[in-house]
Amino acid sequence: MANRAQRMPTGLRIATSLFVILWFVLATFPFFWTVWGSFKVELDFFSIADWTNALTGERTQAVYGSPFTTTGYEGAWIKEEFWRNVINTGLICFFVVTISLTIGTLGGYALSRSSFNYTFWLLIAALIFRAMPPITLVAGYLLPFFEWNIWGILPTTVIVLVAINQPFTLWMLHSFFKNIPSELDESAKVDGCNQFQAFRRVIIPVMWPGVITTGLFSFLLAYNDFAVGAMLLSESNRTMVPAINAFMGTTQTEGNVMFAVAAVVSATAPLFILVMFFQRQIVSGLTAGAVKG
Amino acid sequence: MRHLTFLWFFLPTGLAMLLFIAMPIVSVVIQSIYAPHPAVLIEVESCTPLVGCTTETTIDQEATAALREEKPLGRFVGLSVYLDRGHLAIKEVGELWATHESWGGFLSAINNLPFYRAMAFTLTFVAIVTPLTLVFGMAIALAINSLHRHLKGLMIFFSLLPFIVTPLVGSLILFWMIDSRGIIGNALIGISGDANFSLKASTGLMWVSLMAYWVWHAAPFAFVVFYAGLQTLPQDQLEASQIDGATRWQRVKYVIIPHLMPLVTFVTLIQLMDNFKVFEPIIGFNAAAHAQSLSSFIYNDLHGETRQLSSAAATSVMTIIGVIILLSPVLVRTWRDFKGAR
Repeated sequence: MANRAQRMPTGLRIATSLFVILWFVLATFPFFWTVWGSFKVELDFFSIADWTNALTGERTQAVYGSPFTTTGYEGAWIKEEFWRNVINTGLICFFVVTISLTIGTLGGYALSRSSFNYTFWLLIAALIFRAMPPITLVAGYLLPFFEWNIWGILPTTVIVLVAINQPFTLWMLHSFFKNIPSELDESAKVDGCNQFQAFRRVIIPVMWPGVITTGLFSFLLAYNDFAVGAMLLSESNRTMVPAINAFMGTTQTEGNVMFAVAAVVSATAPLFILVMFFQRQIVSGLTAGAVKG
Repeated sequence: MRHLTFLWFFLPTGLAMLLFIAMPIVSVVIQSIYAPHPAVLIEVESCTPLVGCTTETTIDQEATAALREEKPLGRFVGLSVYLDRGHLAIKEVGELWATHESWGGFLSAINNLPFYRAMAFTLTFVAIVTPLTLVFGMAIALAINSLHRHLKGLMIFFSLLPFIVTPLVGSLILFWMIDSRGIIGNALIGISGDANFSLKASTGLMWVSLMAYWVWHAAPFAFVVFYAGLQTLPQDQLEASQIDGATRWQRVKYVIIPHLMPLVTFVTLIQLMDNFKVFEPIIGFNAAAHAQSLSSFIYNDLHGETRQLSSAAATSVMTIIGVIILLSPVLVRTWRDFKGAR
């Protein structure tokens, strides 16, 4: 608000500042608290006696001689072999993003350049698929996958996640390609290109901002997935999120909760880095659907 | 674009969706009208001299296994899985209707049936969380928009964190804090003065925690969309309204909100879809005893030693129907837009 007439009165300004500070605390404190606590022993992280123990690490000091300990991380990464789950997540994310962008770009482009009735019905079907909880499909996967003996392996989950990802990718890229004037590829066709050549020579060079944004969201979907991974992967092929849930389910004994805490912090760290580098793309992706109607 | 060209472009993604979304829906529908084979029983007559003959009924393990091997789908049962006690419970509902005089008593009795309880939670969740997210997101957007511009970028970064975090992981983080030994749980004990106070013990408080968590998680999305809308505010209109004597609140009400209305519709739509899917927080909060959503209801059927495929499939089909009903206004509107655009 540049001019003087629009400046806020003092009372409102204080109220706004307080609200912003409150939201800042709400949004960041849980993360700060958990990262800090992940370097403590369980009796400090969950301290019934005195909550300041979680800050000072009194018990941790007593056990390990220092207020910080990495036992939680060692337990999760080495003893529980969390690194395997990290590798699985990495593989799944890489292939899901690559495949779903490749086929989604082609499909989204076709949808944006066609105005027949079936275009509409395909988009509507995609919207309904997008709104369905992924878990509703899992019951349909299990029997065939058992029959064909492809249950539990990574490639199956990759393909399933690619398919579940397609509706969103199609909508996003469809609206993105709509914004690239169709005169571009029309003129290429006039110059003698066929549709695919026009796509390759004219559209591909200008499509990267939209594709990168869509890719980020495909990555998030694959990374955050719990329902599909938990039901379709065998124990040795588990990704991070189902593995963390398994920590919670089986091990409530002393110390093991800290494994889960350490694993949670490890799984959140890459997302922080992602937001740091791609904040602009994430924001533009979130607003893309809205602003374009 | 010609039909054939379109086909080639669309084929890979179309095939992926056909094979792994459309076909599984068909498979789910088929499974929901089949039930597992009952164990094959055989009657064995054992005769002992002097005592006489008795017939014993035992399970023929071999025959049962063979039958299950031969027809893994089970036996055809029609709609009976839908109507059984675990789902629509037609018989039980009828009895309750007959025995309860008042609506209140009838509804609270219905709430003991697992499927209705899951549906009640899901719908309550959608109805409460969606408006709260909108209001909260709008408030954050207006507040952050009034900040100095150096602070804005930083606040956007921090505001995105609750949204970007994996839902299950985020719910675990909060779950540990509201544990009676965690910092929030501890503080609540201090405030209430009751040493045994626990959010996990009461159904009502668990519902509140789940909803509070999801508002925390989803508000940044609403905030980012509204914030982007605020950057395109019509300055002329704002100034004109100010000259006409509009107060700050009137400017928000008559200029800013109408300008953001299309975005409100958009966020509402996305939130309706996402809130209807609510699943991970219930797992993360370990709240299955107090709250079940339709998704976690399916998960519970599929999870564990005995996978109850037909039960899960029946719930899945009803959830999909629910999604379509929820989306129907949007579908109609999209159809009109499409017709208009051509």
